[in-house]
Amino acid sequence: MRSSGYWFVVLVVVLIVGAAGDVHSLGFTQPQQPAQDEFIPLDQVPPEDQLPAAPLLITAYAFVWVSVFGYLWSIWRRLSTVEKELSELSRRNEE
Amino acid sequence: MKQQQFGALLVLTAVMFVLAPVMIARAPYESTMGLVQKIFYFHVPAWFGMFLAIFVCGIASALHLFKEKRVADRLALASAELATLFGVIGLVTGPLWGRKSWGVWWQWDARLTMAIILELIFVAYLLLRKYGGPGSDKLAGGLALFGMANVPFLYISVNVWRTIHPRTSVVPTLVPGMFGAFWWCVAAFILLFVVVVTARIRLEEQRAELDRLHLALEDG
Repeated sequence: MRSSGYWFVVLVVVLIVGAAGDVHSLGFTQPQQPAQDEFIPLDQVPPEDQLPAAPLLITAYAFVWVSVFGYLWSIWRRLSTVEKELSELSRRNEE
Repeated sequence: MKQQQFGALLVLTAVMFVLAPVMIARAPYESTMGLVQKIFYFHVPAWFGMFLAIFVCGIASALHLFKEKRVADRLALASAELATLFGVIGLVTGPLWGRKSWGVWWQWDARLTMAIILELIFVAYLLLRKYGGPGSDKLAGGLALFGMANVPFLYISVNVWRTIHPRTSVVPTLVPGMFGAFWWCVAAFILLFVVVVTARIRLEEQRAELDRLHLALEDG
């Protein structure tokens, strides 16, 4: 039971740290030039700055599968723990 | 739900998720973004799943608050967990897509900021349920209603405030090849929601039974 609380705290910390990491885009620091000048068409991006799409796609799908299976496993684990306790308590109650 | 029905639904959900990558692979490439656009087929259905979970959580919370229905409270708790899970999926897959197509992982525009706030509301809901002590179910219920009220604003945010994020008109204008794969994935996420909520409610029922037995044992 305590481990799920730990994961909640980890999730909140990750979200806060992620938000703080990109805080400069909140507007606290003024851009040196108009924002539109920063955008250039994708085909004009230098090759060394271009990202391959496949690793991003695979990471995204892997994350979906892992998180769904992880959550299903956590439900199964919690359910079997409660059912075990329940059968133990029922047995003690009958005695 | 009977065990056989649940089993059939579980198998159907698994089949839909196993076939989803095949459907996605066969869908045509989007002309400007190419391969990375295929993240769309899990990213948007995850948000649809989150919205569904939030509406179920909000309505069930209202029933619990105003009609004192314990069953509705269990449904609300189960849905809140799913809303958080689907939200995390959306918040992780979105930046992976954005990094390639926008050139940045994150933008503090209206849509993305509201999305992270909505996620935090449901993380707060779950923390409140776990550590809030007696009466936290009612407080969390109020929070769920507040979260539900945010959903329409989040949905229309891209139309009201022009941002880097695509508008809501993308889904209705999908070409036929993308349309089928997209709605297949939406159906898979909805089925996943139904299956997991059913299992999660069962867990809460078992916990309630456990509490009842503990009390009976103490009284006896």
